[in-house]
Amino acid sequence: MSADEVPDRGEPCIRLRGIGKSFGGVSVLADIDLDIGTGEIHGLVGENGAGKSTLGKIIGGYYSAGAGSIEVFGETVGSWTPPLALERGIAMMHQELQLVPALSVAQNVFLGIEEERYGILRQTENVRLADVMATSGFALDPAAITSDLSIADQQKIEIMRALAREARVIVMDEPTSSLTADEAERLHETMLRLKETGTTIIYVSHFLDDILRVCDRVTVLRDGSLVRTADAADETKGSLVSAMLGGSRSETPYPAKVRSEFAGEKPVLWVDGLSAPTGVSDVSLEVRPGEIVGLMGLVGSGRTEIVRAIFGADSASSGEVRLNGIPYANRTPASSAERGMVMVPEDRRKQGLVMTVPVRANMTLPHLKHFTMAGGVIRAALERGRVQALIDYFRVVPARIDGDVTHYSGGNQQKVLLGKWLMRDPGMVILDEPSRGVDVGARQRIHEAIADLAQKGAGVLLISSEIEEVLGLAHRAYLVHEGTLVGEVDPDNATTQDVLWTLFHQDDPNIDTSRGSAP
Amino acid sequence: MTSVLSSARIARFFQTYAVLIMIALLIVALSLMSDSFLTFRNLQNILNQNAPLAIMASAMTLVIIGGGFDLSVGSIFAVAGVSAAWIALNVDPFLGLAIAPFIGLALGTMNGIVITTLNIHSFLATIATSMVFKGVAILITDGRLIPVRIAEFTWLGRDKIGGIFIAVIVMIAFAVILTFALNRTSFGRKVYSVGGNEEAAILSGVRTDRIKIATFAIAGMAAGLAAAISVSRISMGQPGAGIGMELQAIAAVILGGTSIYGGAGAVWRSIAGVLLLALINNGFNILNADPFYRDLTTGLIILAAVGISASGQRR
Repeated sequence: MSADEVPDRGEPCIRLRGIGKSFGGVSVLADIDLDIGTGEIHGLVGENGAGKSTLGKIIGGYYSAGAGSIEVFGETVGSWTPPLALERGIAMMHQELQLVPALSVAQNVFLGIEEERYGILRQTENVRLADVMATSGFALDPAAITSDLSIADQQKIEIMRALAREARVIVMDEPTSSLTADEAERLHETMLRLKETGTTIIYVSHFLDDILRVCDRVTVLRDGSLVRTADAADETKGSLVSAMLGGSRSETPYPAKVRSEFAGEKPVLWVDGLSAPTGVSDVSLEVRPGEIVGLMGLVGSGRTEIVRAIFGADSASSGEVRLNGIPYANRTPASSAERGMVMVPEDRRKQGLVMTVPVRANMTLPHLKHFTMAGGVIRAALERGRVQALIDYFRVVPARIDGDVTHYSGGNQQKVLLGKWLMRDPGMVILDEPSRGVDVGARQRIHEAIADLAQKGAGVLLISSEIEEVLGLAHRAYLVHEGTLVGEVDPDNATTQDVLWTLFHQDDPNIDTSRGSAP
Repeated sequence: MTSVLSSARIARFFQTYAVLIMIALLIVALSLMSDSFLTFRNLQNILNQNAPLAIMASAMTLVIIGGGFDLSVGSIFAVAGVSAAWIALNVDPFLGLAIAPFIGLALGTMNGIVITTLNIHSFLATIATSMVFKGVAILITDGRLIPVRIAEFTWLGRDKIGGIFIAVIVMIAFAVILTFALNRTSFGRKVYSVGGNEEAAILSGVRTDRIKIATFAIAGMAAGLAAAISVSRISMGQPGAGIGMELQAIAAVILGGTSIYGGAGAVWRSIAGVLLLALINNGFNILNADPFYRDLTTGLIILAAVGISASGQRR
């Protein structure tokens, strides 16, 4: 299908009127009027907290609208839950996939709609799955166990699950947030194919390039209100960003790369021949004071494993690590923090924050011994002062010392997490996906903080799935493949395309990829 | 000041203070139904009788906030109780009472070490150690009761200071100390973090094994202290004492509103949970109600309290 053959949108399949929603007295969506055309890919964009996910979840039945009406295929709906939405042909794909890891592909696709006779399962799943695969164009082994598959393949299962239930509308909430560029590309192909079969897709994402490329129309939300809906062809990244931010700000470039006055001194971190049972093999690298060093690789390349072995979260099998020139063996998270090396882990919910305790307790957890007097009693005034300073520095919203982190947006949770680790001015900072899943404003603030950190003389080791982010921030960058370093690139003279090309051709023996650029 | 009392806030208030609301309702109801309920004497008796359980529930709070369960405190209670009685009889009555908490501390520490070194769930580990401890209690006594007919042995369980039972004073002091430890010390912070997100705690440099061992040690010590009060009160070491107390303690903790998933909770909640259970019991006694309905009523009230606080967990 060529670009000018826009399908006849005809009657909208979903018509929202006056939709509002509040959580605990705080309004998150107000007075949303929106028509989703049949057979279109409709993007929902906005900063974190703008209400885009909430709107998606209201359409999918996961939240009930506090006000307004929902009309689906011409009929106004009454009570609205995920099963009822599914009955009307609306399925939802969540950021965190809702699959049973131990079940097979076929079992997951037909979970809850198994064919049975007298309560005994009928052996028809593979036949039915073949139908769904034909519709979707996917090819997965029906007997493969879900947890063995990549996230991209698991997303296919989720989509097939929707198709098996004859969904005509699929709401996708940040589906690419944990995908590599390549996997995201494959998901986009899938979406376009689904569109050809007449499926409507509501695509919630903060990757504006993706939205502009894939969507027919885009709706911008800001602070719970609808700013505008327009054809994607009429929007640019800049126009979307200024609509999201309220027109005052435009997307700013990365902070200037300043060579810190500390640069050129002896390396703060020096790693030689490091190997670990987690798949890390023979990694040698160094980070100098004031230097931001990037690690770029596809998801699964072993980036995270390398830094975990350096930090002491995993034990190493061989190799040497020196911190400030001092050999450092038997590394543990506790002793690393003590020596001024910290790691901000990639998954802030699972590894970063303790969701049951307030901001204050989260931030000082690694540093308690510096906030206590005799008997381990916490010096509350000292703690409050320091936490407040970091909240101000990162502009955490809400700026409350005792705020409940569960209710914070992803960006603000990430700021709390960074504050936690930067509290005592560490000399060596490992950042694993520091801006994943955060909004534009928070991202910018985080980038400034990273640049600031280096300028003050800390060494920074930066991992990001967004190659652009590494190129924008790092002074030097290594390429990672199968747990080892396979090359080095100069971030100032490389493009995202170069790096991707190199990373995808690592297994090709005929191509010399060591120089990190496309021919 | 304008009052902003949205329905969401009111609901949240009910969820947060469900156990206190139930207690208040029961107190009002029992005061109306009987003149003998709302007297200092009756209320102090309730506290005094439940002091051992309240001490155990207070310490169980730390274990549960830290993400664990201790099903062995009933058996530790038995071992510490018979040991106290035996030592009182054969060595010195004061030493017998004084040593019971330390016996509990030792057994609780063993629990913690077993759980962390074998890396098994505390639920399973303490079921097993509970049986071991119960066997030890029987071996110590040869399966018999140990009566302690010594006057100096009964002060802890029976005497008063300034009109207040010593047991009640000990219970309050213990709960206050644990509350302080949880809220104001780095140890308390670490307990919450271990139960709330163990991986984040490890990556934050918390030595989570030590924290877990400490919570079980404290639970064991509390069981020993509770046993000392109990044997002193009845002047008798019983190898079968303490059976089922671990479940009562856990029920009181959860009834109070401490999260069964760990990471959140408070000691006062567990004391309130014990009181709620005790008031129901007391109500049956002073009203001369048919005891056949006691378990049924208790169960329904537990369901109501837990239901109120759980209603806020879903959107």
